[in-house]
Amino acid sequence: MELLLDIPEKITWHMACHVADVPEDGGVCALIEGRQIAIFNFSRRGKWYATDNQCPHRQQMALSRGLIGSQHDEPKVACPFHKKTFSLESGKCLTDEAYKIQTFPVRVKDNRVFIGI
Amino acid sequence: MSTTKTIQVVVVGNGMTGYKFCEKLVARSEEGSKIGITVFGEEPRVAYDRVHLSAYFDGKSAEDLELAPASWYQERGITLYLSDPVVAIDRTARQVRSHHGVVVNYDYLVLATGSGAFVPTIPGVDKEGVFVYRTIEDLDLIQAHARTARKGGVLGGGLLGLEAAKALLDLGLQQTHVIEFASRLMPRQIDEAGSDILKEQLQQLGLHMHLSKSTREITGEKKIDGLLFDDNQRLDLDMLVISAGIRPRDELAKAAGLATHPRGGIVVNESLQTSDPAIFAIGECALVHQMIYGLVAPGYEMAEVVAAQLTGKTKEFKPFDMSTKLKLIGVDVASFGDPFLSEPACRTIRYENKAKGIYKRMNLSTDGKYLLGGILVGDASQYNMLLQTYKNAILLPPNPEDLMLGSRGGEAEEAGAGVLSLPDDALICSCEGITKGMICEQVETHGQTSVEALKKSIKACTGCGGCTPMVKDLIHAVMKKQGIYVRNLICEHFDYTRQELLDLVKLNDLRTYNSVLDHFGKGDGCEVCKPLVASVLASAWNENVLANNLAPVQDSNDRFLANIQKGGTYSVVPRIPGGEITPEKLIVIGEVAQKYGLYTKITGGQRIDLFGAHVGDLPAIWETLIAAGFESGHAYGKALRTVKSCVGSTWCRFGVQDSVSFAIEIENRYKGIRSPHKLKSAVSGCIRECAEAQSKDFGIIATEKGWNLYVCGNGGSKPQHAQLLATDVDKEMCVRLIDRFLMFYIKTADPLTRTATWLNKMEGGMAYLKSVVVDDALGIAASLEADMQKLIDVYRCEWKEVVETPELRRHFSHFVNAPAEKDPTVGFDELRGQKKAKEWAVS
Ligand code: SRM
Ligand SMILES: Cc1cc2nc3c(=O)[nH]c(=O)nc-3n(C[C@H](O)[C@H](O)[C@H](O)COP(=O)(O)OP(=O)(O)OC[C@H]3O[C@@H](n4cnc5c(N)ncnc54)[C@H](O)[C@@H]3O)c2cc1C
Ligand code: SF4
Ligand code: FES
Repeated sequence: MELLLDIPEKITWHMACHVADVPEDGGVCALIEGRQIAIFNFSRRGKWYATDNQCPHRQQMALSRGLIGSQHDEPKVACPFHKKTFSLESGKCLTDEAYKIQTFPVRVKDNRVFIGI
Repeated sequence: MSTTKTIQVVVVGNGMTGYKFCEKLVARSEEGSKIGITVFGEEPRVAYDRVHLSAYFDGKSAEDLELAPASWYQERGITLYLSDPVVAIDRTARQVRSHHGVVVNYDYLVLATGSGAFVPTIPGVDKEGVFVYRTIEDLDLIQAHARTARKGGVLGGGLLGLEAAKALLDLGLQQTHVIEFASRLMPRQIDEAGSDILKEQLQQLGLHMHLSKSTREITGEKKIDGLLFDDNQRLDLDMLVISAGIRPRDELAKAAGLATHPRGGIVVNESLQTSDPAIFAIGECALVHQMIYGLVAPGYEMAEVVAAQLTGKTKEFKPFDMSTKLKLIGVDVASFGDPFLSEPACRTIRYENKAKGIYKRMNLSTDGKYLLGGILVGDASQYNMLLQTYKNAILLPPNPEDLMLGSRGGEAEEAGAGVLSLPDDALICSCEGITKGMICEQVETHGQTSVEALKKSIKACTGCGGCTPMVKDLIHAVMKKQGIYVRNLICEHFDYTRQELLDLVKLNDLRTYNSVLDHFGKGDGCEVCKPLVASVLASAWNENVLANNLAPVQDSNDRFLANIQKGGTYSVVPRIPGGEITPEKLIVIGEVAQKYGLYTKITGGQRIDLFGAHVGDLPAIWETLIAAGFESGHAYGKALRTVKSCVGSTWCRFGVQDSVSFAIEIENRYKGIRSPHKLKSAVSGCIRECAEAQSKDFGIIATEKGWNLYVCGNGGSKPQHAQLLATDVDKEMCVRLIDRFLMFYIKTADPLTRTATWLNKMEGGMAYLKSVVVDDALGIAASLEADMQKLIDVYRCEWKEVVETPELRRHFSHFVNAPAEKDPTVGFDELRGQKKAKEWAVS
């Protein structure tokens, strides 16, 4: 479905879950090598995104439970705790410049979702 | 004009009017005529907003100030040469030549060369540290120099001088002086008395004022070190900004043999033609009606006049109103019409309040019927209305001073109604030539009900911005006239209010978020509109909030049917209607808490909260609770919370009715219904009011004859007592009134507005609410009751459904790929033998 360009050489792809495990226009959290990754099925755009699950504001493991959407054209997720919002593309916090999260490439193949780390 | 051949238009100057001319010409030529446009600009950048130049010091970038990006010209086929002034015009060959040697032929030439700062011939003006205030480059130089300067001065106490002084103040200079030759500030706009007040106010802002000072010399070696005045006094300065007026840039025209004025300015007629009919001049370089218009609005009108003529229309430039309002000094100053008329040519009303720093003056016609001009210092909030009254020759009311003082003590509402009394052709936005009629039409028939929308649709408020307050007043007044509540739009994805969306959802039978977004929204939604639409769908259909793919659009609490806590665990609040609970049920709660290690507390709502549950444990916890006869308490939802009760006549020696039974009945009736905000209720068994019913959204108090119903009370940060809606009604009537009241609230309240706030914003207040709910003035009582009954009929405990539906239950795990594992970052501390959430980690 979605193949990201410019993927650096050393990426390892981890199978995270099946497509059906992730609600449409919603997120889930996957445990990948001890790390919590939030995975979003942005089905309105036919896109997948992956980010840190931890919100840098108060270190809450919560972003996968946040609401996704867009601000102008930028796809974003809002932390359920205090509604800081983060770009799903760049990881930049759109409401407070002090914060940033990491984003990861996602690949979907044979109904399985892979995260590149 | 020929329509087959392309007409070549060359514009000299890419300033504010030069740009506006291109914009207008392009807009018109799109209507049919073929026009080729070439623009030469002397400055290195595309045209920018000179009016808001000072914003550059407030953090606006040069790009922010651009009127349009370079691509704008490209996309419209306009050839743009920057940093390349035109140096010669060959009128016989109809050619211009630029500094870099570019030669272009023209059919029509438009001179929009603006003006430069007028620099008086004082010895020393060429010293280092002496600046003018006109371009972005000037500001860069000033900013760089100010870093090492302590004392700054501005030569000139007019409109622009005071603006420059404010800028120096903001740049952090230790001292800023204003030196004015005349005996008063802003001599072209205000009188002596106004100047006195203004001077005092500016001194309070930290500016030092020197009036009636004639400067003999700017002293210093290479660099300025001060000013020497004609009275032999000295003022030490490290820098000076000269703002002594403007000098039209007519040198190019003069060299080409066009008529110019000895004191500066390219002479044009009412068609804005120079002495050569193929050459026009617009903006600050043009001398029309024997004057230079040093403001942007007349310049834009000139652009319009020439653009119209080049596309085959006839249009003339009429004398233009020069009323002004100073933008940013921190003290309101405005003048309009003829501010200096004096008796006996007029009747003058003056108002002065030295303590508050306010001075106002109105000049009326001798018969007292019309406003001829005036001055406002210290408070210019009435400026727009006064300006319109003057410009449109509106007949003055019997007490015209009310216009300038505002209706004292009265409601601010009147100002809003006043704007509607203006004639339709009243010019509201003079920069863009927009009339009251045009704005009203946009609001009435095109639904453009915000300033942002009007900026896009007709460019209102995009020039100097001075008309913005009046445009807002107009929008509100028109909407009010149409009987529309001022609309609170949801977010960038929905141009609707919650009420409108609720109606649309019902009318179109929409059941999913995406269908609502596809029908009535745009983009992908966000954390504001998603829960809102979810709540609207719930209010409309009362279906399970996790059904229809709605889980991902619910706010976290509704998505997991529990309140998220510090640390990421959840709370569990089973419903305990009326606060009545059996020992058996109490034991089950205790057992569940023990098994899952939950903190327990009696809440302020007469029930029990279990805190600290892992998301993966929620379904199992609820399975046990439901088996014991509990239901969801909706502590997570914008829905009915609790109906508190006092023990009432069943045990209490004062009780006159069975308040517990009624509370339980009420709680079971309205449980699960979603509303704009949470709903709370209480029933007391007598006038002593132990259940605190008068602090609730709807509260009931027993009387000897029946029940009193109170509505719109609130606890929280702004407590408000509920007000009496009905007296001594029987149970059945009481319930019907509550049905109507709640449904009316659900249908009309803004999102996240409690009933108290809803009532506070309601026009007509309690009397109106009563007329709708009790007297059925709108004739909707029956349908409100029916709508409520529908919601009640489809109620099902949503937790029960989740527990019984594997597909829904599956989503209650922390890790999608390790459902049995709990979030290892969750931690607790111990407190009085129970646990509590770990403190926030603060980054
Ligand atoms: C648990 C409880 C405190 C307690 O330990 O007693 C409580 C806890 C919370 N209250 Fe409350 N309120 C509780 C009774 C009250 C009361 C008293 C009452 O209902 O009699 C009030 C004042 C009455 C009122 O609402 O008019 C009250 C006024 C608020 C407000 C302010 C509402 C307002 O209109 O200003 C908020 C904030 C809000 O809703 O926006 C709030 C919000 C909250 C939230 C939901 C904050 C949040 O978003 O996390 C707390 C949830 C805790 C949790 O995770 O479960 N809570 N809260 C009470 C639960 C009652 C229940 O059984 O459902
Ligand atoms: C600090 C400041 C604040 C102001 N505040 C207000 C206000 O609040 N309200 C208001 O109405 N007005 C205000 N004005 C005035 C307003 O900015 C001017 O009226 C407006 O910019 C005039 O537009 P213009 O196009 O005629 O001239 P300009 O914007 O000056 O543009 C003329 C352009 O032509 C260029 N040029 C000159 N000669 C040549 C040549 N031979 N070849 C090529 N290019 C050439 C110039 O370099 C310049 O870029 C303010 C001005 C300043 C400086
Ligand atoms: S209000 Fe007080 S006195 Fe009245 S019934 Fe309730 S507990 Fe008794
Ligand atoms: S923890 Fe995410 S916004 Fe505060």
